[in-house]
Amino acid sequence: MENAYAIEMLNITKKFPGIIANDNITLQLKKGEIHALLGENGAGKSTLMSVLFGLYTPEEGIIKKDGKEVKISNPNDANDLGIGMVHQHFKLVECFSVLDNIIMGVEPVKNGFLDKSVARKKVTELSEKYGLHVDPDAIIENITVGMQQRTEILKMLYRDNEVLIFDEPTAVLTPQEISELLQIMKNLAAEGKSILFITHKLAEIMEVADRCTVIRKGKYIGTVDVKTSSPAELSALMVGRDVNFHVEKKPQELKDVILSVENMSVAGEPGKQDVIKNVSMKVRGGEIVCLAGIDGNGQSEFVYALSGLLPVKSGKIKLCGKEIQNMSIRKRSMSGMSHIPEDRHKHGMVLDYPLEDNMILQTYFKPNFTSKFGFLKRKNIRSFSDRLIEMYDVRSGQGSVTIARAMSGGNQQKAIIAREIDKEPELLIAVQPTRGLDVGAIEFIHKQLVAQRDAGKAVLLVSLELDEVMDVPDRILVMYEGEIVGEFDPKAVSQEELGLYMAGAKKDEVKV
Amino acid sequence: MKKNILKNNGFQTLLASLVCIVLGILIGFLVLLMIEPSGAFDAIMSIVKNFLNYSRANLQIKNLGKTLVKTAPLLMCSLSILFSYKVGLFNIGAAGQYVVGACASLYAAIAWQWGWLPCLLLACVASGAVGALVGAMKAYFNVNEVISGIMLNWIALYVTNMILGNVKAASNPYTRVLAEANKSAILPTMGLDRVFGLQYVSIAIPLAILFAVLVWVVMNKTKFGYELRATGLNKNAAKYCGMAENRNIILSLAISGALAGLGAAFLYLTDIEQWKCTVSAVPQMGFNGIAAAFLGGLSPIGTIFASFFIQHITEGGTQVDMTMYCSQISDLISAIIIYLCGFTAFLKLAMNKAIAKFESKNAKERSTK
Repeated sequence: MENAYAIEMLNITKKFPGIIANDNITLQLKKGEIHALLGENGAGKSTLMSVLFGLYTPEEGIIKKDGKEVKISNPNDANDLGIGMVHQHFKLVECFSVLDNIIMGVEPVKNGFLDKSVARKKVTELSEKYGLHVDPDAIIENITVGMQQRTEILKMLYRDNEVLIFDEPTAVLTPQEISELLQIMKNLAAEGKSILFITHKLAEIMEVADRCTVIRKGKYIGTVDVKTSSPAELSALMVGRDVNFHVEKKPQELKDVILSVENMSVAGEPGKQDVIKNVSMKVRGGEIVCLAGIDGNGQSEFVYALSGLLPVKSGKIKLCGKEIQNMSIRKRSMSGMSHIPEDRHKHGMVLDYPLEDNMILQTYFKPNFTSKFGFLKRKNIRSFSDRLIEMYDVRSGQGSVTIARAMSGGNQQKAIIAREIDKEPELLIAVQPTRGLDVGAIEFIHKQLVAQRDAGKAVLLVSLELDEVMDVPDRILVMYEGEIVGEFDPKAVSQEELGLYMAGAKKDEVKV
Repeated sequence: MKKNILKNNGFQTLLASLVCIVLGILIGFLVLLMIEPSGAFDAIMSIVKNFLNYSRANLQIKNLGKTLVKTAPLLMCSLSILFSYKVGLFNIGAAGQYVVGACASLYAAIAWQWGWLPCLLLACVASGAVGALVGAMKAYFNVNEVISGIMLNWIALYVTNMILGNVKAASNPYTRVLAEANKSAILPTMGLDRVFGLQYVSIAIPLAILFAVLVWVVMNKTKFGYELRATGLNKNAAKYCGMAENRNIILSLAISGALAGLGAAFLYLTDIEQWKCTVSAVPQMGFNGIAAAFLGGLSPIGTIFASFFIQHITEGGTQVDMTMYCSQISDLISAIIIYLCGFTAFLKLAMNKAIAKFESKNAKERSTK
């Protein structure tokens, strides 16, 4: 009898000091199916995939390919077995063409010279067969993120991979691109490819996946048939309790204006136009304002200018009535601004510091943590950190002394949020605070944002996730190419309408 | 239990350093064998034994004292390297800042007849200023500190030759001996000279060790050290939380320079050596500091022992039988050993990989049983 499974990972156990990352996990991927792998952050999904790619050697368990036990001790072994992966962060050479990126590492050679014509033919055929519509001669840096992702998919197909793994592929895409990607995945499965789909987004699982394996805290919870399941069941399996999808908010009590931006412009790179063009906006106490838009339309620069990481070219920023556009980052922070940064590894944390030292990153100089003579008060720091860990349920291997690098992304984010909210800011700027997090953590973070709003603080949320944009804020501002092109009440606007503004197809004059 | 000790970072550093030392000595021995096999064993033994080559106890202790006198400046130089390295800066200019320290202390001592304490302070300030200059160029013009440091090494060398040329002895190219020119500039010995039977053994040695402890305290216990290490580990995060990045770069390089400059004063103000005003190469002390810092596992305390060891074999090299080997052999052998000492970090990495492999193998065996 022919074996029905393309890949079987049976009873995998992988331990790290102080933690069992994978505890007897079994994952069976049928041929030609789309199989979702669902789990909270830190549940052990990445570890499981690293085991599959030979980056970690499991203490227990075996891997079978087409029913035969195989040994995978490095990524090349995985590649030889026809296993390919689209990573969350693409592995492409920016200044090379699509074709060059695809053949990289397996370049066709004729008499010692590169022969691209065969490769070009194969790429074009594959592109047509699966409806990818990629121009093989386009340069990577000139094409959209969605097209770059398709290049990654073509890379796998070009290598005749049978098992395709997608690691949170929709995190970086626009709504239109997401629906196209899901269609491509269906096409691939219909042609007999087996797909492992790692995601947090339940709606996507419901739409494309045949079966779904759920893991929680390193343990195997179960494999369910998606057709007979529901988002509520899946999320309950993943988190271990029922999750509230809708953000509960008290009726709004608007207070005074806390943040006021007047005709602010921010210069772009030399020789290029301004990245922020004459933007004015206000955020009042007791409201969550969401700055929505497609990635790269100036949201990051807007926040950098507010927090002081980028200089303002012209215009004013007022925080509680005081002009702050020329203040240092430290002074702005002390005047009541907290900033949950977009990139928690680049800005948010010193990854090689222990958790407790990261908890005091914004306040280490205060008398509570530093004595008159400049010595750190370690006891106070420890108890402060322990308190935040307790209050915000930050999980880690060894508590306050855990090196931040060893923590899962969700818990790192929780630590940053704990630190920034505990500062008791007047204005909380949260940039993509739920990026890459699971529903449990997202729910927690949304609750924290709403709690700040209910306490009369101003919250500026920058988000790329349409669900978040529609659900969390009291007011939406859409940013397109460095300008605010629309202002909406989330209750009175549809996702489609917002999408048009975000793509630059529609534009309003926005009055402040 | 055994596994735990192997995984301990400090123990790993120690082990890696020891392996590097043994490897260095082995390769040195091979080189000696290639040149002249008959005396190779004796030669390598005299390098390793250094002061123990002498049979009489009082000569042993005297030569130990001589090694210690030169360990103090080396320790200061490696602290200088280490301090900036923790902030993510590689102060190869320590060698030049060391030269500036020699210049300032000797000139003040001989030309202005200053006492030893003001001479030390001046060395500190002058070298610190040069370090700050490197820092300012890095902070405001984004000039790589390695490039500007190396350039300044040469500038410092020739300016020092010019300045100290004014206070040199009449009959030779060396600066005047302090015992004749200005006794008050010689570092106090507090009885150490009598213990070792050598008049050059001074408070410089305990002071250097004190500075090592001080560097450790500043780095690990203070707000300033917290900021500096954060800047070194993640510049962006340091900026995000409002640490004054430019100020920290300049300050850390200024302190780094001051440490190197003090090191020079710790050597020349003992009067054991004089500055040769025709010298055409930057003294090795600053560069050896790099090796000592890495051999010491980038820990201020480890650096104390690493500095002593490096000075020990350098001194030992001078004891090699010169009738059998050319006079450069001592430099060559100590250079090989010092060179390998720089591989400590690399060896640690290899060790960790081996441990991981061993453990996963063990775990598999256990699971199959």
